[in-house]
Amino acid sequence: MKEMGIRFILMVNKQGQTRLAQYYEWLTLEERRALEGEIVRKCLARNEQQCSFVEHRNYKIVYRRYASLFFLVGVENDENELAILEFIHLLVETMDRHFGNVCELDIMFHLEKAHFMLEEMVMNGSIVETSKANILSPIQLMEKAS
Amino acid sequence: MNPFSSGTRLRDMIRAIRACKTAAEERAVVRKECAAIRAAISENDQDYRHRNLAKLMFIHMLGYPTHFGQMECLKLIASSGFPEKRIGYLGLMLLLDERQEVLMLVTNSLKQDLNHSNQYIIGLALCALGNICSAEMARDLAPEVERLLQFRDPNIRKKAALCSIRIIKKVPDLAENFINPAASLLREKHHGVLITGVQLCTDLCKVSSEALEYFREKCTDGLVKTLRDMANSPYAPEYDVAGITDPFLHIRLLKLMRILGQGDADASDCMNDILAQVATKIESNKNAGNAILYECVGTIMGIEDNGGLRVLAVNILGRFLSNRDNNIRYVALNMLMKAMTVDSQAVQRHRATILECVKDSDASIRKKALDLVYLLVNESNVKPLTKDLIEYLETSDQDFKGVLTDKICSLVEKFSPEKIWYIDQMLKVLSEAGNFVKDEVWHALIVVISNASDLHGYSVRALYRAFQTSTEQESLVRVAVWCIGEYGDMLINNIGMLDIEEPITVTYSDAVDAVEVAIKRHTSDITTKAMALIALLKLSSRFPSCSERIKDIILQNKQSFVLELQQRSIEFNCILQKHQNIRAALVERMPVLDEATFSGRRAGSLPTSVSTSTGTGHSLPNGIAKPAAAPVTDLLDLSSDDAPAPSSSGVDFLQDLLGVDLSPASAPQSTSRPPKGSADVLLDLLSIGASPPAQSNSSASDMLSSIQDNTAPLANLNGLLSLSPLSANATSPASPAPVMDLLDGFGSSPQKKAENGPAYPSLVAYESSSLRMSFNFSKQPGNPQTTLIQATFTNLSPNVYNDFLFQAAVPKFLQLHLDSASSNILPANGSISQSMKVTNSQHGKKSLVMRIRIAYKINDKDVLEEGQVNNFPRDL
Repeated sequence: MKEMGIRFILMVNKQGQTRLAQYYEWLTLEERRALEGEIVRKCLARNEQQCSFVEHRNYKIVYRRYASLFFLVGVENDENELAILEFIHLLVETMDRHFGNVCELDIMFHLEKAHFMLEEMVMNGSIVETSKANILSPIQLMEKAS
Repeated sequence: MNPFSSGTRLRDMIRAIRACKTAAEERAVVRKECAAIRAAISENDQDYRHRNLAKLMFIHMLGYPTHFGQMECLKLIASSGFPEKRIGYLGLMLLLDERQEVLMLVTNSLKQDLNHSNQYIIGLALCALGNICSAEMARDLAPEVERLLQFRDPNIRKKAALCSIRIIKKVPDLAENFINPAASLLREKHHGVLITGVQLCTDLCKVSSEALEYFREKCTDGLVKTLRDMANSPYAPEYDVAGITDPFLHIRLLKLMRILGQGDADASDCMNDILAQVATKIESNKNAGNAILYECVGTIMGIEDNGGLRVLAVNILGRFLSNRDNNIRYVALNMLMKAMTVDSQAVQRHRATILECVKDSDASIRKKALDLVYLLVNESNVKPLTKDLIEYLETSDQDFKGVLTDKICSLVEKFSPEKIWYIDQMLKVLSEAGNFVKDEVWHALIVVISNASDLHGYSVRALYRAFQTSTEQESLVRVAVWCIGEYGDMLINNIGMLDIEEPITVTYSDAVDAVEVAIKRHTSDITTKAMALIALLKLSSRFPSCSERIKDIILQNKQSFVLELQQRSIEFNCILQKHQNIRAALVERMPVLDEATFSGRRAGSLPTSVSTSTGTGHSLPNGIAKPAAAPVTDLLDLSSDDAPAPSSSGVDFLQDLLGVDLSPASAPQSTSRPPKGSADVLLDLLSIGASPPAQSNSSASDMLSSIQDNTAPLANLNGLLSLSPLSANATSPASPAPVMDLLDGFGSSPQKKAENGPAYPSLVAYESSSLRMSFNFSKQPGNPQTTLIQATFTNLSPNVYNDFLFQAAVPKFLQLHLDSASSNILPANGSISQSMKVTNSQHGKKSLVMRIRIAYKINDKDVLEEGQVNNFPRDL
């Protein structure tokens, strides 16, 4: 079965530690660790001037660095890479609106909220919602309720 | 309070983990935490369940196994509070996958939640289902999801749409049910629903062709209208990104339009206007705009031809290519590769820019540009392009060199207009990056050189020059050594000079020097040294004045630790010392290797048609047992000898020897290539001589014994091309005698020449106190694999044997056909006979072996005798 668009989304810091991992395909734990290690090494080794797309095995990684955190999205080969770059930016903006000046620690300590947000935006490997208001409304509701 | 009790809050645990300085500390902390969580689970602790699950998710993300928490997820999902359900579903999606059976238990909870009154809970369930459902779950819950596609709340509708995508992927049969609802989704206004609806339609089209037809007819206009509205719409703060309204939706719509327009001219016509509008109006100074333009170009390339639009698209790509941003250039290269199939002329115009990209500092761009250049090459531009690429090869960095070398080599092979250019380019590549060149590439080079008979002199001189300058490139050394060995006389005497060459003076000792350098270099590997040794042997025949010196060099390897080199040096030394008379014949020029079969074999297709040797006009008693191509590459199969099977390369050496042995003995000095016919003669003998990598030297010497018997008559019968049939001496058993002894004994052993097939001695196959069985062999001419055996049973006792029955069993590579016995009563001291026919499919490789069982009755008492016959002559 051919997977849709996005295969996985990772947030990794500069030391290579995974801060958030969401996979839209099944990989065992060892595979995941190996994959993360490989990809992160490749991306961290690149400098600013190089382009944001890395080809790895049979898919592409689109990445961008925001402060100390790398956002990596693994996509199918026929996906529009520039659109995924936009998506990464949208994700960061959404988190920024919710947490207010989001930083790595925010994501670490509120991991489940970050996951909720991501889940509202991407489902089964494709983009669901791109309006920040719509994404954040269920989350704000939940915070009010608890 | 114990810091690791289940009362720990998530953040405290995270702090504790972050405080760890080493991996071992972290593991200890995680272990303690997991133990606490397990204890809490077994106590069925309600209060902290969701906190424990959050902790489990964090631990899972770090990479530790957390399967004990799966049931917790289920319990959380089943509880009624929203936060618990939320965490439960999140845990479900992170910790489980569709293959776990635990998932089946969730189906019921999901069903209830899909019918819940709270829409957020419905949303949760849809999300979980959409991410992780399996085929059975999909089937069960599909009706619910369908219903939800028309729910009142748009948030639910959009999630239901994506959930449906997963369902139809898992269970394609259900796709029909979703076509109508999907079409209605396309008319929505809410962007979220639109975007998911478009995706659903895209996937429906991929899964089912009737969906494609339906959408093409009904929805194309609607889509075009939606896109137009969006492109013309005023500023919408919700979805605006960098001045463009919802670029994501733009892109999805364009993708769907590409699928609908592919292969259908009407649909493509509808889209032309809006595509032109988007392509011209969108600003391209922001990434979002570029993303849309990229998708637009992709769509234009994908749908049916419209000249104006195509030109527009290629122009956009050209603009992208010269953009400074690496990302843009990368996507431009990507799209150009796809544009090649559509309109290659346009892409050719940008060739110069693309070549620049090959030298870019960014690795991804380099790789893409190289791929694109590879596609661009055709006969007219291959020369300048290759020149550029080779120049770049010198400055490129190591990991790119391998890829670049591969591409250059395959380009040169595919498109080379003339042989001399091919040889030139390959020489340059070898000098620069010989270590990255694959084996089959330099094998091919040797084949080409040997085929280009007028270029022999040129090649060997060029190689000699190149060899002087760059000796670290292994493949270059190998090819140079081979050529110097083969065509050394041309090197010295400047034979076959072409106009463009400058004369060089190479003396005998220079040439020998070169080969000696190859042997002595400590970085040479076994293959190179082995090739150098045989080159020296060839040189010693061509330059008799240097014989002494060559002998010394060869002798230096006599005690090498590597078996291959030791064997070669001893054998060659022996030839030099004792067998001067045949040396010239032994190291004749190699016959031309047939390029067609070589490239055919390289392409992986072994030609199964056997070439018949009509050239010589002699019918050989041993027909060609193998496909013609195999021995050809065996000749050059030197590189496979690196692996430990030294005696097999001993056999290769023999084939090597033999290969040169069989060129027309009547013209030992001629430089003309022997005709293909004698190449087949060569193959014939090789088919006799070829044996699988035997694991001991003894079989190598066996081969020698049977083959050297042939070479003796050849050397003696000068000018006669008839091969004496393989006369296997019964006196050459499989003894592990050293090679030299056999060579010494040669020339003196009489040849039992039987014109009508070789004679084999009879042997006593089985003997007991009461019975003897002996075999007489004969072979038919023209059928070497089949042996007729006449078995004679002799009764050694004074009893009469009744109901005599002989049975035999043979291994799989043999076929046995037993005729009936002359009688089944064996009189006392008498004998009966029975004939059988054995066909050996591994003729020449494996000898016959047979298990026998003889049953008879003495005075109505059954007697059974069993045994095994191992002492068949080897060549049966």
